[in-house]
Amino acid sequence: MYRYDEFDAAFVAERTQQFRTQVKRRLAGELTEAEFKPLRLMNGVYLQLHAYMLRIAIPYGTLRPDQMRMLAHIAERWDRGYGHFTTRQNIQFNWPKLKDVPDILDALASVEMHAIQTSGNCIRNTTSDPYAGVAPEEIEDPRITAELIRQWSSLHPEFTFLGRKFKIAVTGSEHDRAAIKIHDIGIQIVRGPDGAPGYRVLVGGGLGRSPFIAKELRGFLPKADLLPYLEAALRVYNLHGRRDNKYKARIKILVHELGIEEYARQVEAEFARMDRAAVAAPAEEVARIAAYFALPELPARDTEADAAETRRMAAMEPEFAAWLEQNTAPHRVPGYRAVTVSLKPIGGAPGDATAEQMRVMADVAEHHSAGELRITHEQNVVLPHVAEGALFKVWRALRAEGLDTANKGLVTDIIACPGLDYCALATARSIPVAQDIANRFAEPRRQREIGPLSIKISGCINACGHHHVGHIGILGIDKAGVESYQITLGGDATETASLGDRTGPGFGYDEVPGVIERVVDTYIALREPGETFLAAYRRLGMAPFKEALYADH
Amino acid sequence: MRIIDATGPIDDLWPRIGAGEPLPEAGRALVERDRLGEALASGLELGLHLPPDTEPADIEPHFGRLAMISVGFPSFADGRGFSIGRSLRQRGFLGRLRASGPVIADQFAYLLECGFDEVAIPEEVARRQPPESWLSQSAAITFGYQRGIAGRGSILDQRRARHD
Ligand code: SF4
Repeated sequence: MYRYDEFDAAFVAERTQQFRTQVKRRLAGELTEAEFKPLRLMNGVYLQLHAYMLRIAIPYGTLRPDQMRMLAHIAERWDRGYGHFTTRQNIQFNWPKLKDVPDILDALASVEMHAIQTSGNCIRNTTSDPYAGVAPEEIEDPRITAELIRQWSSLHPEFTFLGRKFKIAVTGSEHDRAAIKIHDIGIQIVRGPDGAPGYRVLVGGGLGRSPFIAKELRGFLPKADLLPYLEAALRVYNLHGRRDNKYKARIKILVHELGIEEYARQVEAEFARMDRAAVAAPAEEVARIAAYFALPELPARDTEADAAETRRMAAMEPEFAAWLEQNTAPHRVPGYRAVTVSLKPIGGAPGDATAEQMRVMADVAEHHSAGELRITHEQNVVLPHVAEGALFKVWRALRAEGLDTANKGLVTDIIACPGLDYCALATARSIPVAQDIANRFAEPRRQREIGPLSIKISGCINACGHHHVGHIGILGIDKAGVESYQITLGGDATETASLGDRTGPGFGYDEVPGVIERVVDTYIALREPGETFLAAYRRLGMAPFKEALYADH
Repeated sequence: MRIIDATGPIDDLWPRIGAGEPLPEAGRALVERDRLGEALASGLELGLHLPPDTEPADIEPHFGRLAMISVGFPSFADGRGFSIGRSLRQRGFLGRLRASGPVIADQFAYLLECGFDEVAIPEEVARRQPPESWLSQSAAITFGYQRGIAGRGSILDQRRARHD
């Protein structure tokens, strides 16, 4: 995992000190509220419905145990004892006081963390695959690229006052777990003509009120050209992106209005003209970063004995068996698994974790996962390097804190934005809808029968809950003072990305769990053996679902 | 209007010619984009003011005749000017480069790195944000990560130097 050197440490320390003086200058009247706003946003401080919210960067979702423990400490000392992991692989604290923020930032800096650019019209935290470095099919660990982008994008002098926020995601695998097609720029590590890794670059994806799937900007970019190419892409956007209407200011609108061919032409012209060598990262620097992401030394295990022991425990404990099946994934090293810790207990708030839960995850990671944790964009936590023989122990430790829900990728593994409970922009509740649906499908056997199904819920058209790309998407709007929920079907955020289709008129708050149940029952009735919900929807189309929802409505 | 550069407050050496005002006989003049043709024909030492929707490539042919370019920032939140400044420098503009408008002290470091030499800020901003703030903010972060920019050094090059 990446470790700060003296330069990174000095940079973050100076940045924290700078924010301290900015708060003072705001209080002294030197900065107006309008001037202070983007400065606090770029330090992660966002004004919510009831209070300030602090959003802390977890670059590409990777965390060490001491960092997780610091988050637990912050939750207890400056917040209400819990934190909320987000779809951007970050963590949010919903109740800090503005005056405490500089102290919180100092505490974060002590464990090599910060809140830089987690909000505001700048390049945000670069996100990645939670199975980075672990997935057997991966070409290269995407976090090397993501860390390079993190550094390059931190306080970039040219791109810190963009027309709108800018999100970059990187995947090193063909199977996309980083949702690169719904990002402003999506980067996929691919092999070039000579077999050497390079990048496929996508641009102009995004959700919100005008959702778009990203288009291909460059089929193959040599690795050394990454930073100059990003600079060219951002410069064209910064110069030409719309500034007259904040809802049309994202790069997806520029790409849509210019057309991908014209946008690509301008980017390529800028890229060809610029002094690329002056901007690119030196090869030594890339190698220095890459060394941090080498696979940790995982002790050789007696894999047969481990597997036998795990099978024995699974036979005795059906709940462990279900968790094993649902929440663990293959690892490139035989005898190891990547474990998903579900933050979606039935009836809980998706993505929330208490300080105590954070500490337990930190302890388990320290003893059983080579000191590593990952936050996923599905708002869960991954322990990437667990020996098969340790799985039962890990499960028991997680179970003691209610972290053993065996629902990864199932109907109750719901993504929900904060919605009306926290968010000033919300038009409807989001978390309680997730809770009601989870309660409706609480029975574990039923969930497994339904199979892979992602439900995503947003509390307003800004789509932070990614409802457009949920297999079932739910969007809460305000209809003449009453919450109304629009349902979409067939969305997908992976390499086969698509936007969901609206079923028709919306439903009342109380109707939602029943509506989802009817959609699911229709799927079960019509599916072919082994066919997932998404595959069935793609084969059947909307008609049978519409019929089930509206026939007697 | 107050002018501040990396050394602190300085005098404004560039009289800005308002719409309809005649060009002076001799000396310096800062003219608007729509009077560039007329100004180029004069013998004046020229500055050119650019609105934020300017295409930097369009100005490149005139670099030889321009001693100064002023880039308009309609608001501190409108960051197009950062890219205009950097583009002008990358295209080889060597004269004085000014950021003109209600930018704030907290942006001074970024402006200098994008190749600007000075800011021209409204009195209202200058009253609230004293020159000391501009100077201290410009030095708040010793090294940045980016390469190929003006001003402070890059951490990437510092690291390389350490290994050499
Ligand atoms: S989707 Fe809307 S309600 Fe939900 S977090 Fe985003 S802005 Fe708030």
